[in-house]
Amino acid sequence: MKTTLIQKAGAGIFGLSLAVLLISLFLGNYSLDEQQFRQVVTNEDHRALLEPELDELFSKKYSTTFPFAADYSDALNGVNDRLKSEEKWNAVIHKNYSLDLAKKAASGVVAENSLLFFLIAFVLGTLGALLFIFPRWWTKHPGIKNDGTFFRNQTNRGWQGVMVALLLIGFYIVLYQQPEHLTNWVLMLDPLSFAIKNTAADQWFLYGFLYTMAISIMAVRMALRYQHNRYQLIRTASVTFFQVSFAFLIPQILALLNQPAYDLKSIWPLEYTFFFEYRIDEYIQSGTIGIFMLGWGIALILIGVPLFTYIYGKRWYCSWVCGCGGLAETAGDPYRHLSDKSLKAWKIERWLVHGVLVFAVVMTAMALYTYFSGQSSILGLSSFEVRSWYGFLIGFIFAGAVGTGFYPLMGNRVWCRFGCPLAAYIGIIQRFKSRFRITTNGGQCISCGNCSTYCEMGIDVRWYAQRGQNVVRASCVGCGICAAVCPRGVLRLENKEEEGRINSDPILIGRDGARLSPDLSG
Amino acid sequence: MPGSNHIAIIGNGIAGTTAARHLRKLDSRARITLISAETEHFFSRTALMYVYMGHMRYKEIKPYEDWFWKKNRIDLVFDYVEFIDPGEKSLHLRAGGKMSFDKLLIATGSVTNTPPWQGTDLDKVQGLYSWQDLEELEHHTEPWGQKQIQTTHAVIIGGGLIGVELAEMLRTRHIDVTILVRESRYWGNVLPEEEARMVESEIEQHGVQVLTNCNVEALEGDEEGKVEAVLLDDGERIECDLVGITTGVKPNVEFLKGSGIEIEKGILVNEFLQTNIPDIYSAGDCAQVRNPVKGHLPIEPIWYTGRMMGEVAARNLAGKKEKYLPGPWFNSAKFFHIEYQNYGRVPTEENGEILFFTWQSWQQGKLLKVAFQKTDNKLLGINLFGIRMRHENFDRWLRQELSVQEVLSRLLEADFETEFEPRFYREIVDSFNEQFGESVKLRNRRGKFKLAFWR
Repeated sequence: MKTTLIQKAGAGIFGLSLAVLLISLFLGNYSLDEQQFRQVVTNEDHRALLEPELDELFSKKYSTTFPFAADYSDALNGVNDRLKSEEKWNAVIHKNYSLDLAKKAASGVVAENSLLFFLIAFVLGTLGALLFIFPRWWTKHPGIKNDGTFFRNQTNRGWQGVMVALLLIGFYIVLYQQPEHLTNWVLMLDPLSFAIKNTAADQWFLYGFLYTMAISIMAVRMALRYQHNRYQLIRTASVTFFQVSFAFLIPQILALLNQPAYDLKSIWPLEYTFFFEYRIDEYIQSGTIGIFMLGWGIALILIGVPLFTYIYGKRWYCSWVCGCGGLAETAGDPYRHLSDKSLKAWKIERWLVHGVLVFAVVMTAMALYTYFSGQSSILGLSSFEVRSWYGFLIGFIFAGAVGTGFYPLMGNRVWCRFGCPLAAYIGIIQRFKSRFRITTNGGQCISCGNCSTYCEMGIDVRWYAQRGQNVVRASCVGCGICAAVCPRGVLRLENKEEEGRINSDPILIGRDGARLSPDLSG
Repeated sequence: MPGSNHIAIIGNGIAGTTAARHLRKLDSRARITLISAETEHFFSRTALMYVYMGHMRYKEIKPYEDWFWKKNRIDLVFDYVEFIDPGEKSLHLRAGGKMSFDKLLIATGSVTNTPPWQGTDLDKVQGLYSWQDLEELEHHTEPWGQKQIQTTHAVIIGGGLIGVELAEMLRTRHIDVTILVRESRYWGNVLPEEEARMVESEIEQHGVQVLTNCNVEALEGDEEGKVEAVLLDDGERIECDLVGITTGVKPNVEFLKGSGIEIEKGILVNEFLQTNIPDIYSAGDCAQVRNPVKGHLPIEPIWYTGRMMGEVAARNLAGKKEKYLPGPWFNSAKFFHIEYQNYGRVPTEENGEILFFTWQSWQQGKLLKVAFQKTDNKLLGINLFGIRMRHENFDRWLRQELSVQEVLSRLLEADFETEFEPRFYREIVDSFNEQFGESVKLRNRRGKFKLAFWR
């Protein structure tokens, strides 16, 4: 690959935008007064409890979010500790005001020029990324473009890959644990948020925006890379469409209309809060639309998933619709070959992913029990405690920090493969009751290993192909890359009648005489 | 071990490895030793190019994880067999000394068939067959992504499959490549005109120069002993700093000379893959079948033959007599971005008895050629470029000796194209009807459940 001038310019612009973005987090001043505090904290009890403790904070001017947040959390912890020692459990403040307070308190170059920063960091950054991507992948010779994959630092767990991983992991930790440090980024998105839904941005708007940008930009890369392959083009268009519309825009518009901001394509148990009482209450209170959403969500779980999975296989969701899948298939595509193909990894995968499914089911059952009975304790376990552990361990650590942060280390489907409870559920259906399979073309396999190498789910596709056996695996998301990279046209994704789908005793075509399926352990 | 049956296999390529695996399945007690001097573990030879291009590493081209061999009690020996003593039933390893066997399979594969030109012993003249060849090539070129200093222009002698692979490899490191073809077209002893031209065009579009009708006279070296030019018989001198010899391969049997095992070009074997010595068998590239079945050659140095022979050899080594009966010929390759599949035999040109039907779309990089018998229209073979079709169907149709008309009408049954890819079967059938004044109708696939939205 020769780097062109345009590409260098693109990389430069993108790097500049990224630098601006990172530096912006440390710019500005933070000073909060009582007036602003009251605008944010509208709950009278919370106000009464917190305000006396914040005198010092009100009097100070902070140059970064860190001491500001530290002082605020000292005050908050002081209040909560006192309440706990007095056993006033119901009065304890759980609501996290820190990001909203920090936004109010912020002044300085970013707060005053949020639109300008938005343009530099995001619009210019996008332009830079596209300038980098276009000349790199636009080609007169469409075809498989895997040259240098294992030589490039970025895609072979070199320091560049590690840097990307650290950035992503750090972002997820801050986003979930201390979003107040993202104040300036959220401020930059305020204009956009107001334009779309007429309210200020919060960290989840920021997250949704970045997520959608990552998918959209990297979808361009994916489409250029696989311009010769219509399955890949249509699939990439599909995940991008579902992210932009269903996941990002429609919920914002619903919020604007005072309806539950529901992503209509999200399905329990991936969407693990679906049956939490505040969600159920929200649906019911929103009248017809809310009831429809509740019914739609349940219908997807009970009818949609089994039916579509029967007809098309797991792919209908995981590599065509899902947001996590969408990110993996676009932004994660450069890392797909880093998934572990060993038998051991497969064993770990089955225990983990089904374990998370059980955890999700138990947690949800407890939540529903609490909803209907009003009791939070079941067999000595607090339903709320279990939920918060699930949210922390699975929602934040597994799906976020590890699931995405580990792309450059363990491949782009870490979450989908090892953690997603919905993938586990769909996988069980795909394995036992589906028309989908990957068929192999007679005796044409040359055992080269491209299929296994580029399988993001870590399936050893070659093991099946070289013995002429259909690939019927719970984890297969049907991305179709194995078939694309196969140099001999041996693999094909198919929806066909169930008969003969699982051919565990295959015969390789090519010669006559007594035959034996080459079945050895392993 | 008293009464134990020790089966030694020389060569851990596809033939030897397949034999070892099948043997273990057939006989859970035999002691199996798999010997190789090339690499410790079996790897896919056809994937060597992908290692050089960075698509995979050595780890990825090993079809089985390293624990597999121990678990299946296949003893691996990483050593070189210096000679075999059939009388004593022993072989002699360079490092490990003498090893006795009860039965032996020789699956030593091929070596580059270097023509007897002057200068082939120069530095930077090499073939591409073994792991060592790959290491040598890596040694002679700078790592991927770096400016090439040692090698800037390579000449590849031989227009076959390995030649184009080598060209593709070198192009990923931005080395200029010239391929010298002895025939009037690329792979002229296998491909008909249209196919050869299509491949040539694809090769040239990737920045490789293809020179046809070239007869090499000698290779010239500089004072350091490195190759610096290729001399042709018409006096032309092509300067270069690397020469790839890809004129074909020959059985790797040199070490057997004088052992009493009968050799011609390869190790002569009967239909049970047995050599002239009862307990010694041979399979794969190195084997030469005395009376090959119709449609097959005595030596077929291809992956698929190695695998099938390995299966049959295992049965015979396990004492279950089994003839090696290859079915209709099939093969495949990829020329840069054009995939090639072949079922049955398509000669290089039409003759009095064999006719061709060719459909081609230059723009799409697609071609389909059917060879059939003039007298009874019987299907003989098909060449497919940029079109994926199902092996199973053509294997059956060739055995059934279907007519070209019947085959063309049933093309949809053999469809193996990726979903959503455009299909050209209707155009193909129309074109056939036009050319031959026929009225073949493309049949739909037999009543299948058609819920899938792309059908």
